[in-house]
Amino acid sequence: MEPTETDGGIMEQPKNLEGYVGFANLPNQIYRKSVKRGFEFTLMVVGESGLGKSTLINSLFLTDLYSPEYPGPSHRVEKTVTVEQSKVLVKEGGVQLLLTIVDTPGFGDTIDNSNCWQPIIDYIDNKFEGYLNAESRVNRRLMPDSRVQCCLYFITPSGHGLKPLDVEFMKRLHEKVNIIPLIAKADTMTPEECQLFKKQIMRGIQEHKIRIYQFPETDDEEEMKMVKRIKDRLPLAVIGSNTIIEVNGKRVRGRQYPWGVADVENGEHCDFTILRNMLIRTHMQDLKDVTNNVHYENYRSRKLAAVTYNGVDNNKSKGQLTKPETSDGMSPLAQMEEERRDHVSKMKKMEQEMEQVFEMKVKEKLQKLRDSEAELQRRQEQMKKNLEAQHRELEDRRRQHEEEKERWEAQQRILDQQKLDNSRTLEKNKKKKIF
Amino acid sequence: TATVGGPYGEKASGPGVDFSYVGIDAILEQMRRKAMKQGFELNIMVVGQSGLGKSTLMNTLFKSKVSRKSVQATAQEKIPKTIEIKSISHDIEEKGVRMKLTVIDTPGFGDQINNENCWRPIMKFINDQYEAYLQEEININRKKRIPDSRVHCCIYFIPPTGHCLRPLDVEFMRRLSKVVNIVPVIAKADTLTLEERDFFKKKIREELRANGIDVYPQKEFDEDAEDRMINEKIREMIPFAVVGSDQEYQVNGRRLLGRKTKWGTIEVENIAHCEFAYLRDLLIRTHMQNIKDITSSIHYEMYRVRRLNENNTVVAHANGMPEHHLAAHEM
Repeated sequence: MEPTETDGGIMEQPKNLEGYVGFANLPNQIYRKSVKRGFEFTLMVVGESGLGKSTLINSLFLTDLYSPEYPGPSHRVEKTVTVEQSKVLVKEGGVQLLLTIVDTPGFGDTIDNSNCWQPIIDYIDNKFEGYLNAESRVNRRLMPDSRVQCCLYFITPSGHGLKPLDVEFMKRLHEKVNIIPLIAKADTMTPEECQLFKKQIMRGIQEHKIRIYQFPETDDEEEMKMVKRIKDRLPLAVIGSNTIIEVNGKRVRGRQYPWGVADVENGEHCDFTILRNMLIRTHMQDLKDVTNNVHYENYRSRKLAAVTYNGVDNNKSKGQLTKPETSDGMSPLAQMEEERRDHVSKMKKMEQEMEQVFEMKVKEKLQKLRDSEAELQRRQEQMKKNLEAQHRELEDRRRQHEEEKERWEAQQRILDQQKLDNSRTLEKNKKKKIF
Repeated sequence: TATVGGPYGEKASGPGVDFSYVGIDAILEQMRRKAMKQGFELNIMVVGQSGLGKSTLMNTLFKSKVSRKSVQATAQEKIPKTIEIKSISHDIEEKGVRMKLTVIDTPGFGDQINNENCWRPIMKFINDQYEAYLQEEININRKKRIPDSRVHCCIYFIPPTGHCLRPLDVEFMRRLSKVVNIVPVIAKADTLTLEERDFFKKKIREELRANGIDVYPQKEFDEDAEDRMINEKIREMIPFAVVGSDQEYQVNGRRLLGRKTKWGTIEVENIAHCEFAYLRDLLIRTHMQNIKDITSSIHYEMYRVRRLNENNTVVAHANGMPEHHLAAHEM
């Protein structure tokens, strides 16, 4: 066996060991350490109220995170979307899990739901920022990871495909968090309707280029088969319940109807077991890894590139591990100083620019005012002139009118005189005649 | 005792009644014959978000493919970007009685991200029908029978969340209960267990009361004690939890309409399973004429009074009027 050297100096062909070295024990050491440390997982649930989110969470983790006293949607009065988180510590077989459930009451409940996703986006970015700051600190011993690792999105079982709200939400969040779409209240549909609905949703997701959580490829045959089975049943249609019902002597968790009992854990009835196994038993670690390596890195590179002017490779495609280059290998503290200085100078420049702009605007305005004043003056003059001209014209006409009147009166007098004369002559003639 | 034969056949009567039968009650038979010749008209509007089973319920109610989906071949079911109003008419007949049934569908209602004023096109449509009838009525040369396209009944589908009414539901019902008879139903009721259903119904009734929404049968239009008794029983069951289906399955040797799931078959007409039978009885078998009467004598009259009081001034439309205007004209 010829050992071949690659760039990193790593042997391509594994070397046979002469005896037992002992590093095969490494996985056990990691295992023991992790168990001592405990695990964390943050899960977000989003969907309109009344879709059974709280019931499903209770069923998944077999706890009463949402106790019966929790004010359900019927008692909610706020009209805006709020983001609430509740923590619970679950222990099983010596392993403890700190589970954080992030709930979004009020999502999609009002008449106008534009931007109802904004509080959720803000929350996720907030958590990323918190982690980024914690990572950049000098003292990094305690780093609590509260980033959202998985988002369960509940789709209303309308039977007609995705709603505009669903599409908008998923388009905005698929680059920030792992989205797993679920069909809520799956006992609404018959198996045929369910199949049809699932096809419609997957078609809609492809049409709008929404990137939901992809299951990782493995080399293991068994695992691949299981993953393929899950992929065929996406999106998962779930029913939730924590009430225990007797069916044929067996105690099952389910929902009791007059026509039968819908069993939550029966694979023929719904995909709940698949969801639980996938979420908790097999893919929890992968969800955390994808969040850390892809979504968080995307956020980080975007954030840091916005502040620094370094040539950063803003590669946003999934699965690429990109780290922004630090300038000249400076320590992060010095780098931050430089960033601050840059930022301050930028602000100064902006201030100056703004003052300039302001002055220019003031000058313009003054000029305009002066122009309009001159204009008004001119118009006033003109109007005065017009007025005088009219006045004179009127005067002329009045004079004309007076002259005409006089003439007319003179004529009248002449006519009157004539009439008088005529009447006199008539009288005279009459007198003559009488004689 | 002598029996007197009338148009109804044998009639038992006491002694001395032989000659006092006038035959006024024969008018019922005449009316019946005339009505059968004329036929009936019924206009039902269905309102609700897409995917709540409106078309299926219409098909189930009238035991035939009367919905918009059955008539139009839709290649792909796309949610329209604005609300459209589509009405399809059918002539159906049963035992010699003919009925012209018009189903008015409202695809796109409540499906957008921003659903402000989504009730406006619907209000406009209803008022337009009243307007058309009014114009025919005040014509100098009136038709013998004015074609009645007024919406007699509006079935509003409430999604089965199991918690309470959504703001959209409250807004819509508040505005439309003033112009049309609203019958709220809980759609896809096979999602709810019996306890959830009762809780949900109670919550809905409370909210309707709290918001002053008067759904059919309205309390103020009960004519006498008998009416009131019947209607009280109905009012305690509102809203009806319905399941629709137009497929038949074999259950216990009989062929029934239902939905077959892996854990059981839901029988649509079984009152232990859902309340479809009550809704059908209300709409068709017992209260159909009452619904039409209330529409023509109360809702239409209100509209008419409002219009005529506007004194023939040029009014744009009575539809989509701003809120304060509508409130000012309430009786």
